[in-house]
Amino acid sequence: MSTRRVFLRNSALAMVGMGTAPMWLKRALYAAGAPTPRKKILVAIFQRGAADGLNIVVPHGEKPYYDLRPTIAVPRPAAGNADAAIDLDGFFGLHPSLAPLQPLFSERHLAIVDAAGSPDPTRSHFDAQDYMESGTPGLKATDSGWMNRALPPAKGKVSPVRAVALGAVLPRAMRGEEPALAVQNIGSFHVNNAAAAKEFEQMYASAKDPVLAATGRETFEAMAMLETIQRQPYTPAYGADYPRSRFGQSLQQIAQLIKSDVGVEMAFADVGGWDHHVNEVGPSAAQGQLANLLRDYGQALAAFWRDMGDRMNDVVLATMSEFGRTAHENGNRGTDHGHANCMFVMGGPVKGGKVYGQWPGLASEQLYEGRDLALTTDFRDVLGELVARHMGNPSLDGVFPGYRPNFLGLV
Amino acid sequence: MRKPLLLGIIALLAALCADSVYAKKATGANARPARQWTTEIAKDKRIDQALNRLTFGPRPGDATRVKALGLNRWIELQLHPNRIPENPLLTGKLRTLDTLSMTSAELVRDYPAPQLVRQMVNGQLPFPNDPERRMMIQRLVAKFEEKAAAGENANPNLPDTKRLGDLLSRDEMRSLRSGTPAQRMAALEGLPRERQDEVIAAMGAGMRQAIFPAASPELRRKLELANGPAQVVARDLAEAKVLRAVYSSRQLEEVLDDFWFNHFNVFLEKGADRYLVTAYERDAIRPHVLGKFRDLLEATAKSPAMLFYLDNWQSVGPNAPGAGRGNGKQARRGLNENYGRELMELHTLGVNGGYTQKDVTEVARCFTGWTINQPQRGGQFTFNPRLHDNGEKVVLGMHIAAGGGESDGEKVLDILARQPATAHFISRKLAIRFVADDPPESLVSRMAETFQKTDGDISAVLEVMLKSKEFWSEGAYRSKMKTPLEMVASAVRVMNGNVDFAFPLVNQVAQLGEPLYRKIEPTGYSNSSREWMNSAGLMARMNFALQLADNKIPGVKVEKTADQEGIALGSPEFQKR
Repeated sequence: MSTRRVFLRNSALAMVGMGTAPMWLKRALYAAGAPTPRKKILVAIFQRGAADGLNIVVPHGEKPYYDLRPTIAVPRPAAGNADAAIDLDGFFGLHPSLAPLQPLFSERHLAIVDAAGSPDPTRSHFDAQDYMESGTPGLKATDSGWMNRALPPAKGKVSPVRAVALGAVLPRAMRGEEPALAVQNIGSFHVNNAAAAKEFEQMYASAKDPVLAATGRETFEAMAMLETIQRQPYTPAYGADYPRSRFGQSLQQIAQLIKSDVGVEMAFADVGGWDHHVNEVGPSAAQGQLANLLRDYGQALAAFWRDMGDRMNDVVLATMSEFGRTAHENGNRGTDHGHANCMFVMGGPVKGGKVYGQWPGLASEQLYEGRDLALTTDFRDVLGELVARHMGNPSLDGVFPGYRPNFLGLV
Repeated sequence: MRKPLLLGIIALLAALCADSVYAKKATGANARPARQWTTEIAKDKRIDQALNRLTFGPRPGDATRVKALGLNRWIELQLHPNRIPENPLLTGKLRTLDTLSMTSAELVRDYPAPQLVRQMVNGQLPFPNDPERRMMIQRLVAKFEEKAAAGENANPNLPDTKRLGDLLSRDEMRSLRSGTPAQRMAALEGLPRERQDEVIAAMGAGMRQAIFPAASPELRRKLELANGPAQVVARDLAEAKVLRAVYSSRQLEEVLDDFWFNHFNVFLEKGADRYLVTAYERDAIRPHVLGKFRDLLEATAKSPAMLFYLDNWQSVGPNAPGAGRGNGKQARRGLNENYGRELMELHTLGVNGGYTQKDVTEVARCFTGWTINQPQRGGQFTFNPRLHDNGEKVVLGMHIAAGGGESDGEKVLDILARQPATAHFISRKLAIRFVADDPPESLVSRMAETFQKTDGDISAVLEVMLKSKEFWSEGAYRSKMKTPLEMVASAVRVMNGNVDFAFPLVNQVAQLGEPLYRKIEPTGYSNSSREWMNSAGLMARMNFALQLADNKIPGVKVEKTADQEGIALGSPEFQKR
């Protein structure tokens, strides 16, 4: 075993125990030629199923919103009404279940981009998710994902967990030329028998099939890297309280990975269940399917913020969903597939406390195809800016071929 | 004996390593020298190649059996599965999975989803005929209502400890809570029948789960029903798939069932599809896997499962009598192009098959009216003229006269099935499954030619492939990576595993990345190596291999030795076929 690996292992252990590493240790790591711990990090969160942006970021200043949604609209902000939208800027408000995110907005760490999404007209979940993850709306032939293409080409030794997705399957967004890791659970990412692990490692290292050999190598390197984290049970810092849900646990693991300085640059997690065609809202706005989902979602994001502490200076987290939902409610207290949605952008470098984008309005002539929130910001404008300005990768033609992003000034 | 077979495979492959050429990272074009496709493998490898490609993996003794029969004769038989008597072991194991032989309507009635249970209680739907089933549902409802009244989150998966305390003695409780599966079984079986049912209902999913490995098939059924009847349908499907892959004597038929299901993929968990996929696989896919492509195409086009999955059942022609106007509360019903597009892109021509967006719209217009009668009740295909766009259409340059009604869709199927692009697309997909990730165009063209000459006879196309130099070439040999299903099934087969309860294996296949029947996208699970080459999958395969060899997978028993079988099963060589 190389000395570098041993050193890295020991230092990573020490850091996990402390939550944040002392400066002298970090400098030592730089010196040892380890993957640079202070790279910029982008975390992408995908809400699968077309989240209802209009009930998440409530345009309470828009009268048609209440006409279009007579039974499921979120009420205008009102003192003492726990059911009402939480005012953000006098026009927009947050769904009440997202209360934990309100301080992040007012302290200017959270920005919202409204009427944002993909310009492609498809209302098929599969296609739309595919287009958003591949970063090429309308093109089915694209094999790889925008996140993989956004990784600068590897120079020399890179961390095996540079690009990591939480889940059993590598999402389309992370597929491509650069190695990317899918892990369901950091704690169980190891071969269950140490002796067998050694044998397997040797077998795969000498496999004549170059693809198997490469995959094997990536797997064992990632395993070695994660082993150092696995030995310590993780305690979120500053009393951060992640929900026990799959999404909560995904974010906790991403935080754990980032704070362990194992070289994460891109991370991905998804959360499903947003496809509310029926009974989206319960007896009141603060109850029901959407409210429950948002409660978990908001708590998880807020816990992530808290847990990460000042590490958030290097991190930007962006959320997206394949499309939004109809401006009007349907006959089943739900909504159908729509068009534009909202995106959250959260992080130390983010110029938060503002709702970005051009609000197109909800009057019937302002709606897309007479039924949906119209699109005024392409999702690639948001992600492109983060890739170029936050990650420091200016070659956006490779990341979003055929499109030139217009930056909004988010970071 | 099994051991020599497995270690023999490893030794053979180690020897091969030196002179075979392996697939490079996919570039789209043929990545290797042409001679690889024309250099035939040695005679003694032919049986291995046939078993690897036409079955879910060789079992101990298979090579000997095939040799005795004669390889050509064996292949011929596999191409005619009705001449092969089915493995009685399989038939026995499938028997308790009774949902497999039920109609969609029966499934909805006997294994109702929670919403339907409500409707039964409200008198809107009849309770199932079967008295046991009816009592079980009524019990579920009673428990639900009790908890709802008490204000708790009613969840049949949590144990009702109070009730259990009433029903069981201390000792019985202890056995059920913390005994071995066999002890728990014994405790449960020792109870009088009436009390047994009550206990099962009160147990909670965790406790039920713990009894599964030791339970008889009948008891397992009861436990599954108590967990939630709707899940039983999905479980039966997945368990049957694994059991068939492991045990069926008609291996090529099973391989093709997997292939065609993925080609005409339907996502089990989309709404009504939960109850429609059983009939879909049984009646639309399986009967046609070696038949005429046109028949397969029509069976899938008219299946409620596909009509629901790709939304065609809701598609309404813009000028059809049934096209409603949006009234502000309801979205305007209109043309849905989902099926039209996927029919051409994924089922027939392929994404580069030469169709335009206009064609997509025209095809969608043709299929308006192809709908389902009562989809949520497990209904059947029906043509509804009120939804149909009766105008004239032009598809791929061909005119379809106005007033065609249901036959518009059939004409489209005729047109698409006969296109050279379809022949090529289907042939190439088959070649990818059976020959290599990057099959040579020379082979694909010959297969496509046969496809066109025989009007889409799948068996004939396969025969051409199986007689080709390319199939028996060095380029093809051992070049494919196994999918998770193939890996799990081949491991159990080579270990001669005895599968008593297939669900844990189903979970393993999911862990490896291929949750059966749960591919959301209509593309289905890919057969290409690059799909499955990733760290999480590889890690899961290695762990599965070790667990299987160590007899740590519930429901499966293998002969446990102190030897290297776990290592062999997790080795790079075993991941390929």
